Amino acid sequence: MNEQILMGLNGDEAAAYSTKQVNPDVVAAYPITPQTIIVERFSEYVADGEVDTEFVAVESEHSALSSCIGAAAAGARAFTATAANGLALMWEMTYIASSLRLPIVMAIANRALSGPINIHNDHSDSMGARDSGWIQIYCENSQEVYDACIEAWRIGEHPLVQLPVMVCLDGFTLSHTMENVLTLSDEVVRDFVGERKFIVVEGHKGETELRLNPEVPLTMGPLDLQDYYFEHKMQQIEAMQQALKAIPEVDAEYAKVSGRSYGFLYPYKMEDAEVALTGLGSTMGTVRYVVDQLRSEGVKAGMIKMRLFRPFPAEELVETVGEVPVLGVLDKAASFGAPGGPLYEEVKSVFYDEDKKPFIADFIHGLGGRDTSPRMIRGVFESLMEIRGKEEVPQKVSYVGVRG
Amino acid sequence: MSDLTLREAAKRPEAIAPGHRLCAGCDETLIARMVLKAIRGPTIVTSATGCLEVATTIFPFSAWNVPWIHTAFENAAANASGIEAAWKAMRRKGKGPLAKYETLDVVAFAGDGGTYDIGLQALSGALERGHDFTYVLIDNEAYMNTGIQRSGGTPFAASTTTSPAGKVIPGKREWKKPIADIVIAHGVPYVATINAAWPMDVMRKARMAFEAEGPAFLHAIVPCARGWRYPPEKTIEVSRLATQTCFFPLYECRLEEGRPVYQLSGPSTAIARRPESKKPVEEYLQMQGRFRHLFRPERRDDLIGSIQEWVDLRWQMILEKVG
Repeated sequence: MNEQILMGLNGDEAAAYSTKQVNPDVVAAYPITPQTIIVERFSEYVADGEVDTEFVAVESEHSALSSCIGAAAAGARAFTATAANGLALMWEMTYIASSLRLPIVMAIANRALSGPINIHNDHSDSMGARDSGWIQIYCENSQEVYDACIEAWRIGEHPLVQLPVMVCLDGFTLSHTMENVLTLSDEVVRDFVGERKFIVVEGHKGETELRLNPEVPLTMGPLDLQDYYFEHKMQQIEAMQQALKAIPEVDAEYAKVSGRSYGFLYPYKMEDAEVALTGLGSTMGTVRYVVDQLRSEGVKAGMIKMRLFRPFPAEELVETVGEVPVLGVLDKAASFGAPGGPLYEEVKSVFYDEDKKPFIADFIHGLGGRDTSPRMIRGVFESLMEIRGKEEVPQKVSYVGVRG
Repeated sequence: MSDLTLREAAKRPEAIAPGHRLCAGCDETLIARMVLKAIRGPTIVTSATGCLEVATTIFPFSAWNVPWIHTAFENAAANASGIEAAWKAMRRKGKGPLAKYETLDVVAFAGDGGTYDIGLQALSGALERGHDFTYVLIDNEAYMNTGIQRSGGTPFAASTTTSPAGKVIPGKREWKKPIADIVIAHGVPYVATINAAWPMDVMRKARMAFEAEGPAFLHAIVPCARGWRYPPEKTIEVSRLATQTCFFPLYECRLEEGRPVYQLSGPSTAIARRPESKKPVEEYLQMQGRFRHLFRPERRDDLIGSIQEWVDLRWQMILEKVG
C-alpha cells in the first residue's frame, strides 16, 4: 500500500483533484450549480499547467457531452461533470455515448430537476438517466468520490465493459462539504489508470481498434435499422452484465494501491438485523448513525448502502438481505405514477422470484434538498418495526418529511 | 494545391466511395467528394444527422474511406470540437493514437437544418472557441431527410411541406437567414461559399479552409432534385444558375489584421465586371417546382419582383464589402 496524504476536500474538489491526477486528454464542461466547483478547480489546474488536458469550455451541456464523445471516439480520455438540468439537456447524448461504447467519465453533483427550479440535492437527475446505458456509482462521502473518479476509468475501459460511467455525489451535502480525504500520489494514480486501451473490432476496412483511426477508417454511429439494431442493443445489455465481473477486479487492484475497496453494496450490522434500510448516497451516513443509536437501545437495526445502481447488483442484494424480515427502501426521487420510487421498484423486482423475501416498503425522502434528519430516519425504522410486528405492509410508499 | 488540375484531382483517393444510397442527381455527394479531394493527409469526418449520414452508412455498409462519426443532429460542431481537442491534447502530451499526426483535417458536414436551426448554438460555440476545424454547410434549403420541411435556410416563397403554397399563403413567408454573415461576425479566419458547378473553386477553397488556423466555414449551395422539384440531370444547371443570377454569389472572406476582407470568386467576379451578364432570378426560379406557384396558375410578379429585389440588395451588399 502506498503512502497517502490527508487533504481537506469537498466532494466537487475530490472529483476535480482525482481527475487532475488522472490527467485526461479532454475535459469539456459547462457550469451548473452544484457541480461548478469541479470545472472551476479543473480550470485552475489547466491554467497553472498542472495537467496536459485540453479544457473545452463549451456553450452547453449538450455540447459538453458531444465534445467528450468526439474526443473519446478519437481515442482520448474524456471527462465531464454536470447536474440536474444540465444532465437533462445531455439526455440525448447519454444514450449515444453508451451505444458508441465510449468510456467517458462524468461526475454528477445530484440536484433536483426543474421545475420548480431548485438547486439542492435529490436523485431525480441521475435516476432519469438510469436507462441510458451508463454505469452509475453513488457516493456517500468525499473519499468515495475521490476513489470512484479514479476507479471509473478502469471500469469503463475494461475490455469486457467499454461503457461510460457516472459518479454521483449528492449536491451540497457532498459537493460543498469539506471532509478529510486520503489521497494517493499523482504517480500512483497514473500508474493505476495507465493508458487507455482499445478493443479490436471488425470494421468495413478490416480489423482495427475501436476509435477514429486515420489508418484503418471506421464508420461510427451509422444508421442501424431493424436488421442489426437489436443485436447492438444486446451487446450493450451484455456489457452491463460483464461490468458486474469487471468492477470487483478493478476494486481488488485499487485495494492493493490504496487500501480501500468498495463492493457493489456496503452492509452494516446486517447479520442479525430484524429491520434494515437500503438506499443511495449521503443519506446512508445518517442511517448508519441512527443504526448505531438503535443498536445501543437494543433494536436490531441494520442497513445496506447501495454503491452501484447500474448495473444493479441483484444477487449480492439478495444474499446480503438474507433472513432479514423487513427491508425499507430510501428513494430520493419520485417516479410519477409508478408503483414506487426507482430503487424500490428494483428491490421489489429482485425479490419477486425469491422464496424467502422480506416485507418491503418505500420511503421517498429529501426531494429538492429537504433535510432528512436522524429523527426522520428513526421514524422510518419505527415504521419498519411496526411492519415487523404486524407482519404486513400497511402502506407501501411513504413520504418522509413532507407537510400533509 | 494551386496547380492541381481536374485530371490530377480525379486521381486523388476518394474519401467517399460510390455505391452509397443518395438519390440520383444529389449534389451533397458531389460537394463532399470535391471538398475531401483537398484534404492534406490524416482526416476525421463528422456528419450531422441528415441525408448524407443515412444514405452513406446503413449498417453494415459504409461509403467512407476516412474515419467518420455521426452522433446526432445539432452537434456536428461540438463533435468536431472534441475530436480537435483530442488531437491537440495528444500532440501536447506526445502520446496517444493521434499524437504522431502533424496535421489533422477535422471536417464537419451538416445540412441547413443542422446549421441554421438546431445546430446554430453548437456551431457558434465552436467558432467562438476557435477550434481548428472545417465546417461544411451542405445547404439544400429544407429538411430533405425528413421530407422537405422548411428551415431557416429555405428561401422566401419556396413551397415546402411545412410552408406549402396554399390558397392564402404562397409558400415560405420569411427570408433566408444570412448564415455566412453570422459566421463571419464571429471573426473566424476563413469563410467561403462554394458551388459544385465550379469544382476547381470548391477544391481550392476547401484546401484554404483546411490550411486556415482556426475555424473555417464553407457554405455550399446544394440543389436537391426531390425537394426543389426539378429533373435529377439538371442539378449542375440549377446550381450554376444560383450563382449566375447572384442568388448565391461565390466569394471568400479572410480575416486580415482583425478585419474581414472579402473577395469575389471567378464566376461572381465576372458578373461584377460585366453587370449586364447577371441573369434575372426568374430563370433560376422557373426551373424549380418549389417555385411553380410563382408562375402558375397565374404569374405572381409581386413575389418574383420581391425575390429579385432581395437578390439585388444582397448582391449590392457583397459588392460593397468587396469594395
